Amino acid sequence: MSTGFENIAEQRRSRRGLLMGITDSIADLGGYVLRSITALGDFALFAWRMLLWLFTRLPRRDTLFDNMYQIGVLSLPVVALTGTFIGMVLAVQSYYQFRTFGLETQLGGVINKSMFRELGPVLAATMLAGRVGSAMAAELGTMRVTEQIDALSSMGANPIQYLVAPRFLSCLLLIPSLTIMAVFMGATGGASYCIFVLNIDSHHYVDNARQFVENWDLFYGMLKSVFFGATIGLVSCYQGFHCRAGAEGVGSAATTAFVHSFVAIIVLDLFLSILMDAVYTAIWPTSPLLFGG
Amino acid sequence: MVAAEPIIEVRDLCVRFGRQPVLRDLRFSVSRGETLAIIGESGCGKTVLLKTIIGLIRPERGQVVFDNQRVDQLSERELSRQRTRFGFVFQNSALFDSMTIAENILFPLRQNQPQRAAEHRQEMLTRLAEVGLSTSVLGKHPAELSGGMRKRVGLARALVMQPEVMLYDEPTTGLDPIMSDVINELMIRTRGSYPVTSIIVTHNMKTAHKVADRVVMLYPLARLARDESQMIFDGPTEKVEQASDQRVTQFVRGEAGDRLMEMSGEGERQ
Repeated sequence: MSTGFENIAEQRRSRRGLLMGITDSIADLGGYVLRSITALGDFALFAWRMLLWLFTRLPRRDTLFDNMYQIGVLSLPVVALTGTFIGMVLAVQSYYQFRTFGLETQLGGVINKSMFRELGPVLAATMLAGRVGSAMAAELGTMRVTEQIDALSSMGANPIQYLVAPRFLSCLLLIPSLTIMAVFMGATGGASYCIFVLNIDSHHYVDNARQFVENWDLFYGMLKSVFFGATIGLVSCYQGFHCRAGAEGVGSAATTAFVHSFVAIIVLDLFLSILMDAVYTAIWPTSPLLFGG
Repeated sequence: MVAAEPIIEVRDLCVRFGRQPVLRDLRFSVSRGETLAIIGESGCGKTVLLKTIIGLIRPERGQVVFDNQRVDQLSERELSRQRTRFGFVFQNSALFDSMTIAENILFPLRQNQPQRAAEHRQEMLTRLAEVGLSTSVLGKHPAELSGGMRKRVGLARALVMQPEVMLYDEPTTGLDPIMSDVINELMIRTRGSYPVTSIIVTHNMKTAHKVADRVVMLYPLARLARDESQMIFDGPTEKVEQASDQRVTQFVRGEAGDRLMEMSGEGERQ
């Protein structure tokens, strides 16, 4: 008899345990959703305050130029180098596929189109996020933990206007130049490999490359890059500003800045591509998207 | 001689970080020209109080009134303007490490008085001389200076706008006794050169005795009952030694007291 009661009590306990497990999981999920929404709202507010400052008072020229030098000029070599190699890798990867169909001379079109529309902007943005975004987050994070941001505020300066606005503006204004560099070096690297290593006829290669790439492709890449630059600037500064205390906090801010920027770049790339293709189709309904001929 | 008119009033101030309360129902005022020392053990919220006074931290409840204006209700822009009336010396100096010493001291002037650019350099040199530093440091970066020199540069930077109120966050922490005394003397000299109100957050009772007119002692909330006041002493500096509250006298004399017993209790439990 007593064994029966014990069994019932045991069953109730296990049912209660299961129920509590489920409610805990729901609470955890709710907490996560709430935290995410709060963080998103906080980020939107941060971006809004930065934009307000940008429109009311431009950053000081010396601060802006210093940031432009750090962000733009010093990023050029690494963007040029990676751009060159990406162009060559594209040539290696595409060559055997195209040779099967006897279309080797079309490689110029494929490589250049890919560089202008996708690889150039994404590569420049990735390099910027890695080289500059992480550094900005680490720098601002260090300033946060060593009270330098508080010191700025205590002296009547607005940290968002003084620290964030020039970095954001530099990313926004200079990423098109970096993208042009990546595209140019990628196209040059691809062409060099095809012509000098794979011995593809240079006349046909250049002719196809010229024929398949339109002004729209350049605009397409440039517009994307501006969105990427703005995202990198905002995400990295936000992470630096909200850095946790200590060396671990600074390291984590730098890593998170890159990871979040990179994810945002890839997601934005998809949606911008869909949007831009829809715009292209609306403006030129009869023109094919990939090979403009 | 301390004027009676209050320049800063803290009324029922409560500050909380997430779920953790740091300050609870604080109430005191600072008269114009007075030097107030805020003492208390680490983690009791002294620095938070200082940052709340200047509006770097928004209180959960209560008011901070500066010159008849509610600091906690000011817009960002107005707050920035009011902050130029304060000078803040940070615990670790908080010098901008990307700037030279000259740029650091000039920063408040360039930021707030760009129209007086011609006078900036002279102003900077005057402040540098006041804190006893030579012009050879001007081209250096903060990392190239010793802790004491950085503290003095921080003081020069805070003084360059000739603020009405000086806030010192542990100005002598981490310095040797001689350099600590130099900083104490500089704080006294500052008050002597023009009528400035000062609030000094410190652990150092020598600093409190030497520089302050009045002492307020805070106690960590975690060690207090719900209805106990966080301010366990508020009075003239000379009375702090004779306080009736044992917690105050223990702190002033630097005695571990029951903390030692707590530690040995924890040790036994482990």
